[in-house]
Parts: sequence; C-alpha cells; structure tokens
Amino acid sequence: MVIALLVIVCVVAGLLFFAGGTLGLLRFPDFYSRLHPAGKLDTMGALMVLLGLGLHQLFPLTLDSVLTGLKLMLILVFIFLASPTATHAIMDAGFRAGLEPWKKGDPRR
Amino acid sequence: MDHFFLGCGLFLGFLMMLSLYRGIVGPTVLDRMIGVNAIGTKTTVLLILIGLLYHRLDMFVDIALAYALLNFIAVLAASRYFQKRKGLYEELF
Repeated sequence: MVIALLVIVCVVAGLLFFAGGTLGLLRFPDFYSRLHPAGKLDTMGALMVLLGLGLHQLFPLTLDSVLTGLKLMLILVFIFLASPTATHAIMDAGFRAGLEPWKKGDPRR
Repeated sequence: MDHFFLGCGLFLGFLMMLSLYRGIVGPTVLDRMIGVNAIGTKTTVLLILIGLLYHRLDMFVDIALAYALLNFIAVLAASRYFQKRKGLYEELF
C-alpha cells in the first residue's frame, strides 16, 4: 500500500513538472527563454514519472518485472543524457543563425 | 491503479496539445523545434503509460526506448539543418 502511495506521489510530481514545462513553453517571450522550461522541466518530469512507474513495475518481484524495471531505468538515464544535449543543439542552431536574446522592454518575439 | 494511469495519460495528451500550439504558431522555425522536442519527450512517457494500461509493459518499453532514441537523433539533425538566418525573422513578402 505504501508503494502505491509512493508511485502516485512520484507520478503526480512528474506531471506537475510537465505542466510547468508546457506553461513556460507557451508564456515565455523569446526563443532562448522558452528553452529553459522545455529543456529542464520536461527532463525532470520524465525522470519523476519514469521513476514512479519503475517502482510500480518492480513490485510483484519476478525476474521479468525486474528486467523491465531495469530497462525503464535505461530509458530514464537516456532521457537524462539526451534531452539537455538536444536543447543545447537547438540553442546552438539559434545562436549560430544570429538570433539576439530578448531584453526587458522588447516586444514578445 | 489503472484509472490513475489512464488519467495521467489523458493529462499528458492535453499537455501535448498545448505544446503543439507552440509547434504550430511558434514565430521562428526553432520555436517549432522546441515544441516538437517537448512533444517527443512526452510521447516517450505516454508510450510507457499505455504499456502499463495494456499490461504488456515489456513490449512497450522497447517501443518507448526506440522512440526516445529517434527523437533525439531527429532533433540533432534538424538543429544542424536550421543554422541559417532564413525563417528566423518575419520576411517581408
């Protein structure tokens, strides 16, 4: 029962991070500022949700559920490594194309 | 527990719709890439939730892993392609 509660808390926290990331993605004024929530919060949201689901998957402790949980952790590690790299690649494309960052008082871009 | 996962999946779907808004409207082409990248990450998590709903997670975890890899490669290739100035500023025509 405690495990189910822990899973629910983890997954809801992950969804909260996802919601924050989407909200930031919509409301921020500029390309560079939108990269922050899209890169960071989506990664953290995915981490929390995958952690909760891995915990849920682990618990009738048979071999295949442990192996599937291990593969879930593999996805978690890959997202943890890939998402910031992808965000950096997008930022690099924008910077190389000569997009100036937004300053206070500029119109929304 | 399944209803909880179903609710989480629906909420994620709703968030993907919002990210799609940025993907469509985004003034510059790179904003669209952020929207698509956000949708890609959410799709990976949604795939695993669907796998849990179908009680066949060992199949869906592979699909989600493949999708995460493809999403990453696609974003890298696209960002390599969009390094020129065209499409970043509102053209006059």
